[in-house]
This record gives sequence, C-alpha cells and structure tokens, in this order.
Amino acid sequence: MINSTQYAHIAAQNAMTSADLKEIAQAKKKDMAVRFGSVQDHAVHILVCGGTGCTSSHSEQIIEKMETIIAREKLHNVSIIRTGCFGLCAKGPIVIVHPEETFYVQVKPEDVEEIICGHIQNGKKVERLLSKDEQGELVDKLQELGFYEKQSRVALSNCGLIDPENIEEYIAMDGYTALDLVLKEKKPEEVVQMILDSGLRGRGGAGFPTGRKWLFAHQASGDKKYVACNADEGDPGAFMDRSILEGDPHAVIEAMAIAAYAIGADEGYVYIRAEYPIAVHRLQIAIDQARAQGLLGRNILGSDFNFDLFIRLGAGAFVCGEETALLNSVEGKRGTPRLRPPFPAVKGLFGKPTVLNNVETYANIPVIIRKGVDWFNAMGTETSKGTKVFALGGNINNVGLVEVPMGITLREIVYDIGGGIPEGRSFKAAQTGGPSGGCIPASHLDTPVDYETLMQIGSMMGSGGLIVMDDSKCMVGIAKFFMEFMVEESCGKCTPCRLGTKKILELLEKIVSGNGELEDIDKMEKLASTMKTTSLCALGQTAANPVLSTLRYFKDEYIAHVEEKCCPAGECKALIRYRITDACIGCTRCSKVCPVGAITGQVKEMHSIDPAICIKCGACIQACKFNAIVRR
Amino acid sequence: MNDKKKIAEKTIQFSVNGQTVQAKEGQSILQVCRELGIDIPTFCYDERLKIDGSCRICLVEVEGARTLLPACATLVAEGMQVQTHSEKVIEARKEILALLLSDHPRECLKCEKAGECKLQDYGYEYGVDEEQFGYFVGERCERDLDDSNPFFIIDRKKCILCGKCVRICNDLQCVGALHYANRGYKTVISTPFLQDLNDGSCVSCGNCVSVCPTGALMPKKPESYRSWEVKKTTTTCSYCGVGCQMDLCVVNNRVVEVKPRKGAANNAMLCVKGKFGYNFLSHPDRLKTPLIKREGEFVEASWEEALNYIKEKAATVKSEQGDYRFAGLSSARCTNEENYLMQKMARGVFKTNDIDHCARLCHSSTVAGLANTLGSGAMTNSIEEVLRSDVVFIIGSNTSETHPVIGAHIRQAQAQNKTKLIVADPRKIDMARDADIYMQIKPGSNIAILNAMMKVIFDEKLYDQAYIEERTENFEELIQTLELLDFKELCKICGIDPETVRRAARMYASADRAGIYYSMGVTQFASGTNGVMSVSNLALLCGQIGKESAGVNPLRGQNNVQGACDMGALPNVFTGYQKVTDAAVREKFEKAWNITDMDDAVGKTLPEIMDAALNKELRFLYIMGENPVVSDPDRHHIQKALSSLDLLVVQDIFLTETAQLADVVLPAAAFAEKEGTFTNTERRVQRVRKAIDPPGQALADWRILQKLMQCFGYDSNFESAEEIFEEMRTLTPSYAGMTYTRLDTLDGLQWPCPSEDHPGTKFLHQGRFTRGKALFVPIHYTPPVEEPDAQYPLSMTSGRNLYQYHTRTMTGRVEGLNLKEGHGYVEMGPATAAEKGIVHGDRVKVSSPRGEIVVIAHVLESVQEGLLFVPFHYGEEGANVLTVANLDPICKIPELKLIKARLEKCEAAL
Repeated sequence: MINSTQYAHIAAQNAMTSADLKEIAQAKKKDMAVRFGSVQDHAVHILVCGGTGCTSSHSEQIIEKMETIIAREKLHNVSIIRTGCFGLCAKGPIVIVHPEETFYVQVKPEDVEEIICGHIQNGKKVERLLSKDEQGELVDKLQELGFYEKQSRVALSNCGLIDPENIEEYIAMDGYTALDLVLKEKKPEEVVQMILDSGLRGRGGAGFPTGRKWLFAHQASGDKKYVACNADEGDPGAFMDRSILEGDPHAVIEAMAIAAYAIGADEGYVYIRAEYPIAVHRLQIAIDQARAQGLLGRNILGSDFNFDLFIRLGAGAFVCGEETALLNSVEGKRGTPRLRPPFPAVKGLFGKPTVLNNVETYANIPVIIRKGVDWFNAMGTETSKGTKVFALGGNINNVGLVEVPMGITLREIVYDIGGGIPEGRSFKAAQTGGPSGGCIPASHLDTPVDYETLMQIGSMMGSGGLIVMDDSKCMVGIAKFFMEFMVEESCGKCTPCRLGTKKILELLEKIVSGNGELEDIDKMEKLASTMKTTSLCALGQTAANPVLSTLRYFKDEYIAHVEEKCCPAGECKALIRYRITDACIGCTRCSKVCPVGAITGQVKEMHSIDPAICIKCGACIQACKFNAIVRR
Repeated sequence: MNDKKKIAEKTIQFSVNGQTVQAKEGQSILQVCRELGIDIPTFCYDERLKIDGSCRICLVEVEGARTLLPACATLVAEGMQVQTHSEKVIEARKEILALLLSDHPRECLKCEKAGECKLQDYGYEYGVDEEQFGYFVGERCERDLDDSNPFFIIDRKKCILCGKCVRICNDLQCVGALHYANRGYKTVISTPFLQDLNDGSCVSCGNCVSVCPTGALMPKKPESYRSWEVKKTTTTCSYCGVGCQMDLCVVNNRVVEVKPRKGAANNAMLCVKGKFGYNFLSHPDRLKTPLIKREGEFVEASWEEALNYIKEKAATVKSEQGDYRFAGLSSARCTNEENYLMQKMARGVFKTNDIDHCARLCHSSTVAGLANTLGSGAMTNSIEEVLRSDVVFIIGSNTSETHPVIGAHIRQAQAQNKTKLIVADPRKIDMARDADIYMQIKPGSNIAILNAMMKVIFDEKLYDQAYIEERTENFEELIQTLELLDFKELCKICGIDPETVRRAARMYASADRAGIYYSMGVTQFASGTNGVMSVSNLALLCGQIGKESAGVNPLRGQNNVQGACDMGALPNVFTGYQKVTDAAVREKFEKAWNITDMDDAVGKTLPEIMDAALNKELRFLYIMGENPVVSDPDRHHIQKALSSLDLLVVQDIFLTETAQLADVVLPAAAFAEKEGTFTNTERRVQRVRKAIDPPGQALADWRILQKLMQCFGYDSNFESAEEIFEEMRTLTPSYAGMTYTRLDTLDGLQWPCPSEDHPGTKFLHQGRFTRGKALFVPIHYTPPVEEPDAQYPLSMTSGRNLYQYHTRTMTGRVEGLNLKEGHGYVEMGPATAAEKGIVHGDRVKVSSPRGEIVVIAHVLESVQEGLLFVPFHYGEEGANVLTVANLDPICKIPELKLIKARLEKCEAAL
C-alpha cells in the first residue's frame, strides 16, 4: 500500500518552505534557550545520555524514574531530554541539569530522587555525583573538564545537546539550512567545488578526498544515480558513527540530500548494522519526520529537487564495511567485494553511479556548507583538514568519544584528553585504524595525528578506533587477537586473504604456545607482505597489518617468545609460570582460592605450586597478601 | 553508433615483458597475453563468465601500480608496462599456490583428476616443492563430500573456491543450485539451505563439473584410468536438436567421459543427457550380430546370411503376391549421409516414395505450415541470437527440459539482456516460473490464444504497417477474419483473463526484436498446420521475421530430424525439399543415380504406412533406427500393423520394442562409432566423428544400407560417409557449398549455403522470403478431435522429461538417468487427484478407448485441474498406449497432444 508516511511525495503539498524552516528554528530556539545559558524563563532541562553506552548502564530507567517523580511533584517547568552521547562514556550514565549546566556522572536510578528533590526543587547540588579534576577538586560543568578542553566538536556538534528524535531541535540548531542554501543558491557543480575546496577527506579509513568522489559521480553519465551511507562500523572498539546516528541523525540525512543534489541522485540508502538498534531506531524516526515535513520526497524546500532515503540493515559482517561489498549487500547479494575499477562513483549501486561516504564524513557536510570552506580549512594540517572523531578504548582513563583537530599529537589525546593510563601503568602502544591499522609505540607519542603521518609510521587513520595498551599487554597476543578477528571476518572470496589470515594465525598460535621458530617470524612477514600486494580488496590488503606493525616495533617480543620461550608481558599462558617465593608465610589463602588444587603446603609453612596442575588463572596472586607469588 | 564503433576499434600500444605490443581497447591483459602465446595461469577465469578476480593466480606486475594486478580483470591502457613473469610475480604465484596446497589434501597419487588438475600443473610449473608444501603445517579444513547426485560428486576438501561452478550454475545454466555458504576460511560451495545436491534445484547438467579446475567436482565413473590414457574425439551430441559440440574421451575403445566443446549452438554447455548419458554405448545389450527370427526366436546370423534371407524372403513375397510393396522408415537419429542413402534406396532401388520418418509425428505441421506461409519450414533464426532478443514468446515448448541448452540461453538473455519472457502452456513448466507473463492455456487452444493476441494487436494498431505492405500478402483477408472474431470468447476458450492476453500481446508487439519459440505443443494437433500458420501470422503481423534475434523458431526434437527432412526422408520431396512431382527434379536424380522409372507420385506418410501394413497393401517394411511401437500413437494398433507384414527388417543399436517384432534385425553403429554429419535445429550442419569401434559385427547404418542396395542389384560403392555427402551436395542446392573440410574448420555451416564461398545463413528471409512475399493465412479455432465425455471425463496430454530421451533406447540404459526418472508416471493437479482419493506416489490406472497403463501418480500444482500429463518415453507405461492417430488433414500429424482419458486409483500396492 502506498501511504504518505512511507512515500513522502504523496504529501508534497504540505512541504516545508525556507520561511517555514526559519519560523520553526526561531520558535524552537526560544524553547531551548535554557540550554544555551539563558536563565530567564524558569525552565529546567535535564539532559540524560541516551547513547548505547549509557543506555546499557540503565539511563532509560533513570529517565523513567525522573518522569515519575516530576509528575508526582507536578514540576511543569522541568523537561527531560534524551540526547545522544556526550563522549565521556567512562563516567556514564551522564545527566546534565540546565540552566546551571551541572554535570552528574555515573548516575544510578536510585540517585534520581535526590537530583530532582534536592537539586532542582531546593537548589542543592548532589556533590557525590559530580566528577573531580586531577587535583581532586569537584567539577560541576562539562566544559571545565580537561576531557573537553582540547576538543573541537564539528561532526559531534549537536551530539549531547539536542533530542535526536525531534526534528525541530535539529532545525533550531540551523539544521537543514545548508540544504536550503545549496538548493537556492548553488548549482550542483558549485557544491562539489565547495567540498573539493574544503579539503574534506573520507573519515571511513582511506582518506580519499570526498570532493573528488563527488566530482566523479557528478561527471558520470547515467539516468539514475544513488547516494549511500556506510554505517557498517565494524572495527572493534569504534563507535563514532553509531554515536552520530544516535545523537544527530538529521545531520546525515541533510548531508546525503546535499550529496544527492550535487551529483544528480534522487535515491539514497543508509547501510547500517543491525547490532545498532538504537541508531537504526532514531534514524528511522528522523527519516520519517523529514519525509513528513517534506524535507525528503518531491520538490524539497520548494525546489525541483527530489530525494528519498531508505535504510538497509547489515547482518554484521566486517567486510561489508568495504564499499563494494556493502553495495552488494544493499542489493541483496552475498557481501563480498567487487573488483575495482570500475569504482562506485562510476558503477556502484545496481550498476549506477553512486557516492558512498561514511557517517562521520557526511556529518561534516552541513557544517562546512553553513560555516564555509575557509572556516573548515582553518582546522587541521596542510593535507588533513578539519577534525577527526576517535573512540578511545583500552587501558585509558577516559574511555569515550572525542573529536580533535587533525594534527594534534597522540600524547595530547592519550594524556590530556584521555586522562592517561589507569593504575599508574605506562603507555606501551596505541592501535589506530582497527584491525587494518597498526600499533603505534611510545616513541611516536608526539607524532601529529593526520592521514599521511599515521601511514608513514605503519598505521592508518582508519575509521577512528583508538585502543590504548599499557605495559601489561603482549604485542604478539595483540597481533593474534586481531588475526583471530580477521580469520572470522575475511569474506573468503580471494585466496590470499582467505587462507593467508588463517595461516598467519596458525603461526602466531605456534609462537605463543612456545613452539615457534625464528623461521616462523620470517614466514609470517613474507606472507603478510604477499597479502598486501595480492589480495583483492582493502580488507585483505591490510589484514596482516597488525602483524606487520607489531613486528616493526616489537620484534624483540616475538624473538623472546621464540628464543627464550618467554612472554615479556607475562600474558601468554603457555609461556608463564607461577612460583611461590620464600616471602610465603603459609597463610593458606592461595591454596584455598586455587580452583584446581595445584597449591599444597602446611599451615605456616611455605607453599608450592604444581606446574602440571596449574591453569595459570592468577587467582592465587590476587589472593596473596604478601606478594609471595610471582609470575614469570 | 559510428563513434562507438571507432572506440571499439581503437588500438592501444603497451609493453609486455619489455616488448611493445598492440591490442584493442577494452581487452584485458590476460586476453592479449593469450593471443601472444604468453602463458598466464588462471583458476577462476572462464571467458564465458563475468570476471571474478578471486583466485589471484593471474597477478602481473604493472609499472606504477601499488599492488600486483589481476591480468583477467585489468584492461590494457596506453603506455602500460606489464611484467608477467617478474621475480615479484613468480614469488606471489608460488605463495598463492603454497597457500592453496596448504589446505588441499595431498592425494595426487590417487586423485582421478591427476594429470589434468590445474593446481597440480601449476604446482609443478612453479616449483612449489615438498619443502614449500610443508611451508604451513596447520589445519586442513574438514569439509563434507556430497555424493547424492547420481552423476557426480562434490568433494569439498579438494575445492579451491575459484567459484566457476557457482557462476556457471547461476549465470549460464541459470538454475541457482550452487552457491557459497559460510565465510572466510570456512567458506564452502553449497546448495541452498545445505540440502543434498540431489534434493535441490540441480538439473545435473554437469557444467559445473566441466569447469572445475581440481578434483572437487568429479563425474562418477566406474572405471579407473589416468588422464593421459584418454584419446579425445570431437563430435556432435546425439540427443536433442540443439547440436551441442562435445569431446568423447576414450580409453580402450570405451567412452569414459564426455566434455563440452565450444560450438556455435552450445557455448561449451551440455545438459545431463549429453554430459552423462553415454554409457549405453558400451551396454551389454548392444546388438552385435545380425539376427534372424526362426520359429519365433531370434537366431544369430552372419551378414551374408541375413542379407540373403532378406533377399530371398522378398523374392518369395514377390512371387507369391506379385509385388512385395516396399516402404521405408528412415531415422532422425542417423546421419545426413544415412538418410540420404535411405531415401536413395527407397526411390532408386525400390522405386517408391513410401518413405517417411518420425518427423511426421513432430514437425510435419511446421514443414507444411511454414512452407506455405514463408516458403521454408525450418527455424528462421540461430540459437545464440536469442541472447539479444527483447521478447521471447514460448508457446507449447517445455524448453528447459527438452532443449535444456536453449532453455539456459533464454534464461541468460533474461538475466543479462533484460529480455522479457512470455510463456503459454497448459502446464506451469519451469520456464513459466521465470516468465514475465505466463498464460496457463487450456490444451488445444493455441489458435484461440494466437488469434486473441492478434486481435489486440490489430485493434490497438500495434502491427507493423510498413512491413506488412512491403513484405506480405493477403493481409486484407486476415483483417476480415480478425474483425469477425469475438475477443472475449477467444479468451474464454483459452481460459485466460483478457487483460493478461492484452498485456502479452502488447509486450510482444512493442518489442524491437521478438522471437517465438514453439514445439510439439503447437504441432501435434489435428489442427497442427493451422496452429503453425497462426504462429506465422502473429510474427508477420509484427514484422518479426527476416531479422536478427526474432523470427519463428520451431525447436526440433531429435539430433538430426532437421537433417532427415533436408535429406528427403519424406514421401513428397527429395533432398532440399525438391518435389518428387517435379519431372525436372526427377530427371536430375535419375541421371545422377543412373536409374529410370522413378515413382512420380507422393508416397505414404508414416501413419498411412502403418494403415497400409495393417490392410496388407504393404508387405515389406524397412525401419532404420526408429521405434514406432513406443513413439507412434496407439501402441496396440502399431504392433498389429507391424505384425501383419510379411517382411519387417529393423536396423538399430538395441533390440527395441519394434525390433522384437522384426523378421531380421541388423546391428548398427551408434553415433560415436561412425563418421557423418547432423543438422541441428538451427539448420547448422556439423560433423559427427568416429571415436570408438562398433561392438561385434555392427556396422555404420550407411554401410548396412549400401550392402542391402547391392544385394538388391544396385551398384553402390561409397568408401566413406564423405563420398555420400559429396554426391548429396551436388544434388542439393541448399547444401551445395558445404564440404567436410569447411565443416571441420568453420563450426559447421547453416543452410542455405549454395556455394563454397557462401558463409551459410544465420537467419532466413532477410530482405525476401523464400516464397517471395510472406502469406497471411487466416485461421479459425477448431476444437480438439477428442473431448472428454462421461466415460473418459479427463483430458490427457503427453510429452517428455529432462532425464529421458524419446523411446529410451539409449537413456533407458543409463543408470543415473533411470535413478532420476526411471518409471512411467502421470501428472495431475491436486483437486483432480483428491477427487479420486489419490495422493502423490500412488499407483494409478489411466485409460483411454485404446488401452490402459498403470503408473505412479505425481500430484503437482503446476498441472491444471482436469488435465493429465503422461510422458511418452516409457513403453508400456507410456502415453502412446493411450493415444490415437487423429490426423491433421494436411500433413498427417496425429493429435498426440490431446485425448480423452479416465483416471482410477489402483487398489492395494503390487
């Protein structure tokens, strides 16, 4: 059945005009004034993070409880806004109370009563829910945290500020004015030129100039063209695209409409993994709202431009983040890469010219149009313009989402923004670019983060996953972890990737189990470089990068595994032993916690561990109060 | 257009291994290197398939490229510098081979593929030696073996995932039986939902087996042999009329495997029968000596004894009855040379035109109908042209089962060319499932549906006025008839809703290039000739004859039925359709054959020969390679007729149901055991070559015929089939330009080919029809001869299936084919079955006024209610026990497609 919800062109006569857009923006801005620092209207806005991270630590229950209490207390001036991610995920769930902008962290449902009744009704901030700075001083404003100081939020500018399920809030933030502008004032080729001039490069990994992609698709002849959005974020530890779609979905819709106008497309697809249910849900709401307002459909904003957008769910194959595999999957085919050339800009979805960008790339577009090429150009380095969003993970204090200008150093990200390494441990390496990227050692901490530099030091920007590893991590183990991932995620189409990943993993397993030979390291290195030059797609060509980059910076660790049969980080179970030293006083705690009965000894006498029984679980070390058990 | 052509011909200059070469723009590095004789290894490449680029063994080094590039997928470019065997390339290929071998069973010593395995060959060529085999010591993937199919196995352990099987199954055969399952290292070739291959949509064509580079897809064969023992002979398939080219692989005078060759008609594809149906050749039942029936028992005899027996018996009949009145049945299974000799024997030695063959039962109505309207009764266009048709209209042809390779071509056209398909058939056959418009017409309503479509085209002025004016005659009369017709009434007769008919008519009429494909579903009616002329009317109305990828295309059922007709194995014509009633023609043949007093009247047709035998008008019948007891209508009638003869001689390769009634049986050579030519359904004459010796004393049919001619006093001394062909072509204008040498080198030749510098004719009637202007013959619908009544309340139609061929003389002796469809059955709709309490698999009795058969019930949604379908292959369980010779008055084809019948459930299992 054709209905106006699904097919917005039916409702085109109600379509919004530029004037409507301005009117909505003005009205809504008043509504939201409290969030911009205005205190005059007695309104209170409580922002609760509704990103996936905070949702899984019960932010939904917090919202429910707030609503109940507000209703009970009849607090008509208090609104609750479920926003997207604030970024500081380590401290979620996060609640911000405007107008004071009070920033509460790690809020639990049972804290709600106190926030509402104590803070909002009686002006008494809940101090135990405030975060502390490095000196231990309480910080009650988000902007005062070191975490935000060095960030510049462009792609994330609306995340955590607006209700992503309300198109009017997006419009209030000047949403859809960029689309309005290009439709009114720019020819398609001028839009392409703007993106070219901005220097924006693909944020999905390879960093291909976005404007050139658009130019190729614009120039390609065809009766039908498509735009597509890659939201198949598959790198372990990366979640910037998810957060953008959860926090600011209209930015992507607006950007895709602009791209469609620039290349002459009238249909778009967002390919998003089904493991992102909240993002899918919010994007669908946003698409429905945009259609209902005539911002998708026919004659958008009174122009003769038509565009509609659809969601396609991915089933979670990493390879479907590769652009041609993604196109196959959208078409309903097996998600395996196609040969390139032809490139998607010439022959993409259903064989038609297609612009395919990832979520973060699109999220930059409306801002670039609104604020201008020069404004964007001013950020970043000579060849890498603008900002980049990183998902910080691993052994770092401020696990979360950050957006920084290109060219910032890794040290600034890890220490100034990320808050350094927990438990006083030292930095060993950072993995950027996901499994296709590489490990950056401490010696490169002061390297500026941009596309070229990262490539030079054997890693890559990738989609922006940044996993920090402390000195307890075995780099051979890290390589093995990523190869396990690649063996699972290789699509199996081409020989080098299908079999090469498996064979490298087998060699790594041989090494970590203590059976490695020096020759194995050479074999691995050779095979890894063969995969680089012979695989069909970028996934296969980069699949062995974790091995190549760890070999580049941590070869001594490999050699230690092989020659000395020892794991310097003490992680590889087959190569470590637990031993009780004479610091033991015979308290028996260790033998009590040992799950396999490997520890024997009389009370008040030194105990011993039978290595044949020991499963190296480490429970004894944790139980021992005298540091009498060592791992070596 | 001109610009495009210029681009296509643009020359590119680039260098390969330091040498400057030229190539056409759009060629791949691999194509150019192959032309230059530079050997680049490939696993996943097949010129017929879309480039996959997955195996990576063809990688080459291109100056300036970041990675090595696949030669198969990389197009040459101006100034490109390519290294095909640089150190980097060789190292990469070694590494890829080592990777493949690391996951491959080391069974080369016992692998049947050894010697023609590409992995083994390249492993040897690139020196991936034992040390490198041990390069990786890890896991070898445990993968299942599927041996459910009777003809071949999938041994997934040996699979290197080149994917050619998947692509040929999906992109060329278009059945989608094979695909990939799982991902990465665990990827396997699979069927949908991991069912056994034999339970899925697989049609056992074996094209996957033919392209497999390793031992992963292997035919099941009882004998063991090494590949280098095999001697290959290229020949033409002896099953249906497609004329696929194939290699017979012979070891010790035994065909052990069949491999496809790239012929013009088959593009290196085969069907299950062509690929796997060869074991009849070495079947122990083959006739090895002449047999003479003495006191009801066959006794082995020498050739001399058998021939003398025939001669003496004929003389006795003659002396007792004044004349033995000879008639001959020639064979659509035998070569052109043999058919030529057979009619020469009938006309030249026995002075009679009473010669016919089973084309009478299949396309005599086509020959009569199209000769009348167009001047020539053959398929107008070539098979491969269908790939570029805009619309294909199939009426009365179960194409994917009876002409599987053409069915696959049509599906390729749909997939690659977006060709639209219209199907009209009483059963929802496989092609109907793929159709854009399917019309499940009532059996016998062809003329009504064609008239209804023409009515729409006329009313909506969709016809081709200019073409009609320029190239046809009698259009006025067609208009008058169409104006009289009641469209709604016609739709009611067909049982099709008027809007569907309109859509079909518009789709056909609005196409630039539309081809009609039809077969027995149009021809085998008492109104068959009229049905064919209706098809012709429709095509002419839309200007669809005389151009490429269009036309009227009767699909011929047997390997050489076109040739047998061309050779004059018909009662009314000599070779090339030269009329026996034409004195000048007779004179030409008398002179060439050095005889006088040739019969000047049109002879008897096959059903008339049977009737004449029954009423003793004929005394001596000679049957070459035909089995009328099973193939002809009303089995009991035929048996009675043949038993009434004084002398029945049958020459065949097996003791068929017909041969069992003979007085003398002569052992003949099968197609693999002799030289000659077949003419396929698209008029293409192709060579048949000898691969093995015939068993025992069996002889090529032409040699037997020549012995008999000599025996009856005619001096015939051909030394080879080629000599016969040479004589034939001098007497046959349409074959005059063909020689064995030309046929050997040119992928065959399509008639007409009037001179030795003529390239043959791809499609007929270009510019001018054979008869000058094409003729519209308006036709009115006539109901079937037999209609259901109280005693026989159902309609019954007959036909064929994929796994059996004709009367099962050959396929009935191939185990795998019998495992697939080994017994007679009747198809019916669910309601028809339910009414009689019948469920799928029950034993049921089907009867008609002529007899009854007991067969298995197949209850299928695809059959319309009230209709039964019985295949005719199965002798006493076959349709022809029940059919009757209600003849078309013009061409004498019997109405085999429709009789009345009764259905009963058999009590208690036997």
